[in-house]
Amino acid sequence: MLQVFDGYDIMKTLFMIRVENLTKKFNGFTAVDNISFFVNKGEIFGFLGPNGAGKTTTIKMLATLLKPTGGEAKICGFDVLKEKENVRKSIGIVFQEPALDNRLTGFENLDFHARLYGLDKETRKKRIEEVLNLVELQDKAKILVINYSGGMQRRLEIARGLMHYPKVLFLDEPTLGLDPQTRHRIWDYILQLNQKEKITIILTTHYMEEADYLCQRVGIIDFGKIVALDTPKNLKNILGGDVISIEVFPPERAFEIFKTLSWVKKINRYNSIINLNVEQGEKKIPLLMKIDQKEAGFEIKSVNLRKPTLEDVFLYFTGKTIREGEASQEEKNKMTMRGRFRK
Amino acid sequence: MKSNNLETIYVMWLREMKRFLRAKSRIIGTLLLPFFFLLAVGSGFNSGFSLPGAPPGVNYLNFLVPGILGMTMLFSSMSTGISVLWDKEFGFLKEIMVAPVKRFAIVLGRIAGGVTTALIQGILILILSFFLGFKMVNLPSFILALLFMFLIGIGFIGFGVAIASKMEDTQGFSLIMQFVVFPIFLFSGVFFPVTNFPGWLRPIAYLDPLTYGVDGLRSSLIGFSQFPLFLDLIILLIFGALMVILGSWLFSRTEI
Repeated sequence: MLQVFDGYDIMKTLFMIRVENLTKKFNGFTAVDNISFFVNKGEIFGFLGPNGAGKTTTIKMLATLLKPTGGEAKICGFDVLKEKENVRKSIGIVFQEPALDNRLTGFENLDFHARLYGLDKETRKKRIEEVLNLVELQDKAKILVINYSGGMQRRLEIARGLMHYPKVLFLDEPTLGLDPQTRHRIWDYILQLNQKEKITIILTTHYMEEADYLCQRVGIIDFGKIVALDTPKNLKNILGGDVISIEVFPPERAFEIFKTLSWVKKINRYNSIINLNVEQGEKKIPLLMKIDQKEAGFEIKSVNLRKPTLEDVFLYFTGKTIREGEASQEEKNKMTMRGRFRK
Repeated sequence: MKSNNLETIYVMWLREMKRFLRAKSRIIGTLLLPFFFLLAVGSGFNSGFSLPGAPPGVNYLNFLVPGILGMTMLFSSMSTGISVLWDKEFGFLKEIMVAPVKRFAIVLGRIAGGVTTALIQGILILILSFFLGFKMVNLPSFILALLFMFLIGIGFIGFGVAIASKMEDTQGFSLIMQFVVFPIFLFSGVFFPVTNFPGWLRPIAYLDPLTYGVDGLRSSLIGFSQFPLFLDLIILLIFGALMVILGSWLFSRTEI
């Protein structure tokens, strides 16, 4: 019995990040609601959710910038409340908004960081060159950051986050506001450094493709709660087989009828689009077409068959698309703000 | 990997110096206002006008220069202290806050950098004033004046950091300038001895820490003062220590 417990304890310390019942409240508004999860060594772990779902708040608590209202979090075995300095040494972080001194050059920003983290002169020199090479900014190092493009700034920040050989790297919306080309380049850097530097990465995003492409495991977060957590593949498998999207008029009528079909595993409606989760979708479309539309009182405008995406997974677990999620989060936040002013 | 407080102070100081030396327009800008005061007010009052409350024989420019030096230190220091707000606005504060260093070392580093830049500006003003005809008593008096400038700097940077730590964004910046910095400047006896204030205003002047800075500077540079030198020194020392502690404390409690 004792051995089992020992083994369990050892397992717990092997996790790079271990979070239990973490909660953050701002004036009665619960931004992060009792979440628990762990991240393995060398993993790329992602939080997927709409803006305002509590992703950044979670990251800030893990990075010791915000004090949790409740719960516990450990990074590399260090408690984020009691062992702040050790946590800070172990992590690198790239914030959602730029956090560079734009009156300094790229090189000076890195040098400032290296000195702040206590790297000696030789290590500083060697490491600055290394990280600049990784993000391909060697020839821009002597330019003031104020003259950098958005993509260059983000790359410099990733480089800076790596300077002090952190064990865990946090990336908060690493490609927010970047054009598709730059986004793909940043994705490549992230995968590269995960492999080359053997670094554990935890990132937040509200881009489905980003989570799907980069993350070994994804936690879907909505209204401060983790509603699902697994590999992208397993998450998509929950929905089973295929998704048939049907554009139909009037959708209410069709919804009632589709709901009664025995081979439909799950159904949801988004405006005039109805999504059906089915097995072997290509064989189900003919069945769908056999329904006498005139008699049933609706008209199918288009049919689309695809493999489920994380967008479908998000829809499945939260009952809304991520875009809708953003709108309702904003509404909720506004309501709380108003409540605050009334006091 | 070792990191210590001295290295933190040094790197914060280094950053402040780099930014300062690059902002040529800022250096000139901060020198212009005190220079105009010296030129316009100093030369205007200088011609055959004896200042009530001041000893006879003290020419007005000589009386004014220490006050303007105090003012230069005040404005420069407050703007360095409050620059924490700009770091907050531009996100750089997060980079500092997440580093594995002591927060009080960060504040001390900012103070070190701010005092250095303020002293440079003060000395430049002093040099300019020589060209306008300012005469100080002797060279050692300059060393003593440096000490006073140093203490004024530390106190008001600490004060600025404390204010900035309590503010959410840069919106309140001009309010602070108008309702905090300008009264401190105007009630400190820059233009005339504080004893010239009517009785009901005098307590404000006595509560103003800059009053003792200006008095100390006057005492050391032109040998005229209203308070004993050691009183000026002690009050500024206490003010400086309190503000450094308050600034560090409030700064270390900042959440972003």
